[in-house]
Amino acid sequence: MARTPLSPSSPFSPFSPAFWRSPLRGPWLTSVLGVVLLGGITVLFLTGLVSYAAYNPNLSPVNDKTPDKGILGFYLFSWPTSPHWLYRLNQGVHVTLGITLIPVLLAKLWSVVPKLFTLPPARSLAHALERISLLLLVGGALFEFVTGVLNVQLDYVFPGSFYPLHFYGAWVFFAAFVVHAVLKTPMALRNLRRLREESSELVSPNPAEPTVSRRGALWFVGGGSLLLFGTTVGQNFDGPLRRTALLAPHGGAEPGSGPAAFQINKTAAYAGIREADTNEEAWRLVVVGRDGRTARLSRADLLAMPLHSAALPIACVEGWSTSDQWWRGVRLRDLAALVGYDADPPDVLVESLQRRGAFRRAALRANQVADSRSLLALFVNGEDLTPDHGYPARIIVPAAPGVLNTKWVARMTFGDL
Amino acid sequence: MRRPVRRPALPLGSPLQLLLLLSSFALAGYAGVRLLEGDWFGVALWFVGAAILHDLVLLPLYGSADQALLRGCQAAGRRRWVSYVRVPAAFSLLLLLVWFPLIGGRVADRYALATGLSADGFLARWLLITAVLFGGSAVVLVLRLRQSRRASKEHA
Repeated sequence: MARTPLSPSSPFSPFSPAFWRSPLRGPWLTSVLGVVLLGGITVLFLTGLVSYAAYNPNLSPVNDKTPDKGILGFYLFSWPTSPHWLYRLNQGVHVTLGITLIPVLLAKLWSVVPKLFTLPPARSLAHALERISLLLLVGGALFEFVTGVLNVQLDYVFPGSFYPLHFYGAWVFFAAFVVHAVLKTPMALRNLRRLREESSELVSPNPAEPTVSRRGALWFVGGGSLLLFGTTVGQNFDGPLRRTALLAPHGGAEPGSGPAAFQINKTAAYAGIREADTNEEAWRLVVVGRDGRTARLSRADLLAMPLHSAALPIACVEGWSTSDQWWRGVRLRDLAALVGYDADPPDVLVESLQRRGAFRRAALRANQVADSRSLLALFVNGEDLTPDHGYPARIIVPAAPGVLNTKWVARMTFGDL
Repeated sequence: MRRPVRRPALPLGSPLQLLLLLSSFALAGYAGVRLLEGDWFGVALWFVGAAILHDLVLLPLYGSADQALLRGCQAAGRRRWVSYVRVPAAFSLLLLLVWFPLIGGRVADRYALATGLSADGFLARWLLITAVLFGGSAVVLVLRLRQSRRASKEHA
């Protein structure tokens, strides 16, 4: 029989085991990488679910970018306000860990790539289905990592809105991930305990002379992870630590100077906020409450109300955050009391002056309104808010995702949503 | 008279495995129809395309680049030096792979407008990190060479 380049008997064909010559491939390396991903991806999935819950999507349609979630929202709960760094920690872990795991994912896929070309394509029906499931596993993992990495860099090239893509994609991926973990983890653990000899289809029948040991390869992968971690994690801290995040989107220097020089998600210019709408004469806060009771407040009216302080961070879904900033303003529950909710602060719908943007309207739950640290802030770090941080007034709520801390607030409607 | 049992063309395989896979597909389908709700073709293309692009383009590409590097080192009679080039090159390309939208400047305008930060430094910082990686690797190589030369002198 003639040996064409793609015939499995030709060593030049990827369908031939002899094509794969790296002496590094083998069950031990794959198992180590697999166990790291088992732990890492589980944490990614759980922190992702927690982040989803933090938006309180069940509270109001304006918070819900995935109204068709159905049973996938089964675990949703009222997002708490304590500890106030909860979202900062959760999202810092989610994004930083995700970026750190990229080399491990790439190495894992490299270590098993000969299996993609295994012949016969299917030994049994179960095997055929498993291979289809692997497409969901690999495609899903790459889809999740790619959409996440692009989104934190504001590169919105993916086909649709980030929230539904990353959320539903995560569930498709997780379905394949769980079954893969159930089928493979016992074998991986056996491999790591060296209960089995290294005889596997992963081991090259005709290995090339090694240039590095398997342990060396593992150090190589770990080094890549460490490099990404070291140049990313700093975007969750201020000062010199932020400057260590050399390539992360919110690393480096703080924007501007002075007390309000801390990280900005969207500037006033980006949100289309004009000075003509925010100056003392033009801007009024409309507060609507029980039975349509309405108050129209200027910034001076707000300043005449009791002012309170809270030290709270800004923490973004994109995995960057600031340390606690010193906010000063009117308590949300005092504003609720102003329009008829004296003892029982309800939910609130907050609307911004900004004309576009996915979260120009956002809802807060009653427990968030009731927290004495939840403010309609007028000052930050001892000075008036700057336009980029939401002048004339912005929401700041402990433990809430950044985008729910609405800037340039124009209208607040208290009542059960 | 007993009829001989016909063997199916494709055996069933482990029933437990089948059950697990079918339940996994059901959940993936439930989420999948929601994932494909909008631009179904685009999403499917990204989902499947990511796997194909990685397995059939990216992986062969860096695999053959590594082979070319190894052959180059072998031709120079320096096979053991390959890691001193491979590691900094791979790390540099890894950073580029993850941060190419910022490094390449394709999101520079939106980034600067949204965050109030300068979009200019990323390419420069990536180049500097790359310089440090290769430079550091060269220093380690020189130190190792001196060490082994000293060791071989002591043995002589």
